[in-house]
Amino acid sequence: MAVTGLMLICFLLMHMFGNLKVFIGPEAYNHYAEWLQRDILYPLLPHGWFIWIFRAVMLAALVLHIYCAAKVWAASIRGRGSSQGLKYTRVNRPERTLSSKLMRWGGITLGALLLFHLLMFTTKSITFGVFDAESTPYDMFRASFDPQLWYIFVIYLVFMVAVCFHVRHGFYSAFTTLGANVSPAARGVLNALAYFVATLIFVGFILPPAASVLGLLEAI
Amino acid sequence: MAVTESPAAGPKPAGAKPAGSKPASGPKPAADEAYWAVGDDIADDKAPGGPIEGQWQRRQFEAHLVNPSNRRKLTVIIVGTGLAGGAAAASLGEAGYNVEAFCYQDSPRRAHSIAAQGGINAAKNYRNDNDSVYRLFYDTVKGGDYRARESNVYRLAEISPHIIDQCVAQGVPFAREYGGLLDNRSFGGVQVQRTFYARGQTGQQLLIGAYQALERQIEAGTVQMHNRHEMVELIVADGRARGIVTRDMVTGQIEAQMGDAVVLATGGYGNVFFLSTNAMGCNNTAAWRAHRKGAYFGNPCYTQIHPTCIPVHGDTQSKLTLMSESLRNDGRIWVPKKAADAAKDPRDIPEADRDYYLERIYPSFGNLVPRDIASRQAKYMCDEGRGVGPAVTEVDAQGVERQVRRGVYLDFADVIARLGQATVAARYGNLFDMYAQITGENPYETPMRIYPAVHYTMGGLWVDYDLMSSIPGLYVVGEANFSDHGANRLGASALMQGLSDGYFVLPNTINDYLAQPRPPIDAEAAEAKAAVAQAQARVDQLLAIQGSRSVDSFHKELGHIMWEYCGMERTEAGLKTAIAKIRQLRQQFWSDVKVTGRGDDFNQALERAGRVADFLELGELMCVDALHRRESCGGHFRAESQTADGEALRHDDEFLYVAAWEFGGDDDLPVLHKEPLVYKAIELKQRSYK
Amino acid sequence: MRITLRVWRQADRNSPGGLKTYQLTDVDSSMSFLEMLDLLNEELTARDEEPVAFDNDCREGICGMCGIVINGAPHGRYNSPVATTTCQLHMRSFHDGDVIDIEPWKAGAFPVIKDLVVDRSAFDRIIQAGGYISVNTGAAPEAHSTPAPKRQADQAFDNATCIGCGACVAACPNGAGMLFTAAKITHLARLPQGQPERLRRVKAMVAAHDEAGFGGCTNIGECAAVCPKSIPLASIGQLNRDLIHSLFTGEGK
Repeated sequence: MAVTGLMLICFLLMHMFGNLKVFIGPEAYNHYAEWLQRDILYPLLPHGWFIWIFRAVMLAALVLHIYCAAKVWAASIRGRGSSQGLKYTRVNRPERTLSSKLMRWGGITLGALLLFHLLMFTTKSITFGVFDAESTPYDMFRASFDPQLWYIFVIYLVFMVAVCFHVRHGFYSAFTTLGANVSPAARGVLNALAYFVATLIFVGFILPPAASVLGLLEAI
Repeated sequence: MAVTESPAAGPKPAGAKPAGSKPASGPKPAADEAYWAVGDDIADDKAPGGPIEGQWQRRQFEAHLVNPSNRRKLTVIIVGTGLAGGAAAASLGEAGYNVEAFCYQDSPRRAHSIAAQGGINAAKNYRNDNDSVYRLFYDTVKGGDYRARESNVYRLAEISPHIIDQCVAQGVPFAREYGGLLDNRSFGGVQVQRTFYARGQTGQQLLIGAYQALERQIEAGTVQMHNRHEMVELIVADGRARGIVTRDMVTGQIEAQMGDAVVLATGGYGNVFFLSTNAMGCNNTAAWRAHRKGAYFGNPCYTQIHPTCIPVHGDTQSKLTLMSESLRNDGRIWVPKKAADAAKDPRDIPEADRDYYLERIYPSFGNLVPRDIASRQAKYMCDEGRGVGPAVTEVDAQGVERQVRRGVYLDFADVIARLGQATVAARYGNLFDMYAQITGENPYETPMRIYPAVHYTMGGLWVDYDLMSSIPGLYVVGEANFSDHGANRLGASALMQGLSDGYFVLPNTINDYLAQPRPPIDAEAAEAKAAVAQAQARVDQLLAIQGSRSVDSFHKELGHIMWEYCGMERTEAGLKTAIAKIRQLRQQFWSDVKVTGRGDDFNQALERAGRVADFLELGELMCVDALHRRESCGGHFRAESQTADGEALRHDDEFLYVAAWEFGGDDDLPVLHKEPLVYKAIELKQRSYK
Repeated sequence: MRITLRVWRQADRNSPGGLKTYQLTDVDSSMSFLEMLDLLNEELTARDEEPVAFDNDCREGICGMCGIVINGAPHGRYNSPVATTTCQLHMRSFHDGDVIDIEPWKAGAFPVIKDLVVDRSAFDRIIQAGGYISVNTGAAPEAHSTPAPKRQADQAFDNATCIGCGACVAACPNGAGMLFTAAKITHLARLPQGQPERLRRVKAMVAAHDEAGFGGCTNIGECAAVCPKSIPLASIGQLNRDLIHSLFTGEGK
């Protein structure tokens, strides 16, 4: 779970970095997208192979991650004794952070929004009629995050908040599971890093659509 | 209550061989017709003669052996899984016997051995300070005020170094020095540093070592562990211990457990006083049931009262907590000179109005006098009305209710002024924190209040050199037996004895008995069925009384009687009063106790009722033993036997023996058997602390 | 002082339980929490009601037998200024007129036996799986033949102070027994004597932990916060490292 989680975080960071190319301009952004689709590791691999290998790996990581999560969830239900009808009438758990509380339902929300995201930008099944299969990536991006379609932006905002919370506990927890939490100081560092990475991902991902919606990209 | 078979009619106990009709040294105290009868003298016939250094080796050589392939066919029942029982169960399991172990707690890891703080002695001489097996042996016999059996104590000292080796190998995290080797400290007023320790939790660490070894054998299938089971009866057939009757404390099921030998490792009986440093569940039922079936009870009056415990805060107090004796190294003990100052804030009492009574009475030893003296003096101060702390209600010897403050100050103001709070905190920080948590007072600012409390019982079931009781096949180990500590136990020696018995002695002696043939027996045998019926009848009777008083109210009343008359100072008149009161209380118990709930259920009131019923019988025997021993020795102080300046006075000419009591029957007197003590390796001396 | 107690009463494992309210009017602030329950039980006995069953033994915070969830936290941790067991919690931590909720440990691996008493034998099963050093009595080498560095020995001790009370499980939102398991792993992993079986041990103990019905650890930290012996969360880090290490060796299964 920790390993797949960290793989997914790495992917997020890469994806985020790519997204930020919108601030350089449409050409850079489109060129980057094309390179992603066709040219990575060329000529080691034929055109377009890498992206499929990469997608397969990411999908496997995601499936494994969800599988592990389901197991942990089931173990938790059993461990708490919920199946035996055990439930505290009063609980006081001050250590439990909001992000850790949201891992499971938040994770499901995240999964749903991810599906939406893939249907929109990868398979182009949901287009809100503002772009089509022929549109360049930059056009798709600008058309989707138009001030007129503010609700798409809101969906993405929710998406990114969910990602941010998930990464906040997940990053710390993954390193702890891998044995990095060796002292209270180490725990402090891991938590600080988790806040940093979560914030970075949130800001990095929300900046381009926010800029687009607010009409700031024209200024560049 | 059903009466057991008359032990007198049973077979002659093998271990307790009559030593002829010849009386012990000196005149034999006549039986007091009202209180006890005198039987034949007994002797241990297992220790081989010859030089004391070679006895254990000879005994190991001479004992019968059980072939390793035959061991799994033999079942050993072990009751109690503390240091002695847990160690014995693990070791016998490793040896290949089929072990059935029982404890009343929910896990063997909870036995009260866990609460021992100070440490464990061993004659390693790692400090190069003249220690040796002989010195540990000598200190233990002397500390026991010359009332222990030489051969047993020598073996204990001889085994002690192996205990440390064993525990270290098990992963017990003893305190270490920077070089990675084990640290030692001195303890209990001896002049060498031979005590190994794990901060203030040595008992816990040793118990967890034994527990882990036990769990390993459970996994290996050699030991079957029965948690939350209480032994309620012993099964004796053909003159031998062949099993026990247990009550499953969850389901209430009463059933016979049969075996080839039974080992009792059930700890001490300090809870007869209700308030003691023992755990709430510590009880003497297993030992007492065995006593009623013929096992002799050795020296029941020898109890150790520890001077530095946190005092009683009120009538609802349930137990007392020990504070390490090391506090007396730096603290000064005092009470107000005037009773009128007792309720004042101690900081407002000027120096001139304080009585540092130990420094005054014992100028050379001062606050470091031995445990029994420090305890007794604290009692005297409070009896005079100069005690401090909250007043609690007491009933005095005349039956008059009065308010008494039971506490004396242990003041660290001087040492804090001299060395600074940081140094004191480094030395005693954990103890100060513990005190603060329990009392809510800050001992850095106000003096601590302390008072003596019952802590350990040196008496217990009589055993021979092999640790076998007077019932063949019934072994008794650890605090439950009477051996090794005489009339007083030295600090850091209880853990040593428990582990010595469990790891090393019993596994090398029980084979001698197991190797000999016995007729087969199962739970359908008449003796087993009778014992089960007897146990069931007792439960039914306790539930049927439906009187008006709770079990705890009887236990508390018994505790008050014991503490008042059979505590730190005993007198002939007081003991006789106590016996009369206990008999009366016992009668009242069996007619007026109220036990709620059912027998076939988890029922803590019922568990306690059975234990208190047995304490009510044991308490009387303790008083009888204290009454018969008209001398002061170790933990037993008879006011009639003291020197001109108030010190304990032994009478070696009359009382140099172990008092082994035989159960005479519910309506008959207990029978005193004497095991004369012979000292060949050590010279008898009277102790002095002035 | 006057205290209102809402106590979980449950006849046995299979019966439904629920909170029952009792009033105590004569509670002294110097009483321990369990002495307050003793007082309640004496009153219940006088009224011919069955007393509340609760586990306890040493009453000095070392045996680990007691354990009650008080006001939503094991051992009443957040009513006490310091880490504590239930028996070392005192009534001076409460105020006149307080309402106190008292429940048993509630976890899948700890079925309720009666009222506040639970079955913690699952912990013993974890230890049986490997929480020991395999050394038979008599086979031990001289104690000084293997020095143990003081720092490691001290860390071993810190973990060995675990009293097996189960508060960590009771506090855990997943009902995991990871802190308990980790304390034993770390205790033995820090000592030279514990090395030969170290990797086999961690695998076996974690497997036994899962099999016993405990939940999985999600690194929240409630366990260490309520631990009466302050076993650090870092011990779980040690367990995780040893477990990962063990996956790359042929030790255990």
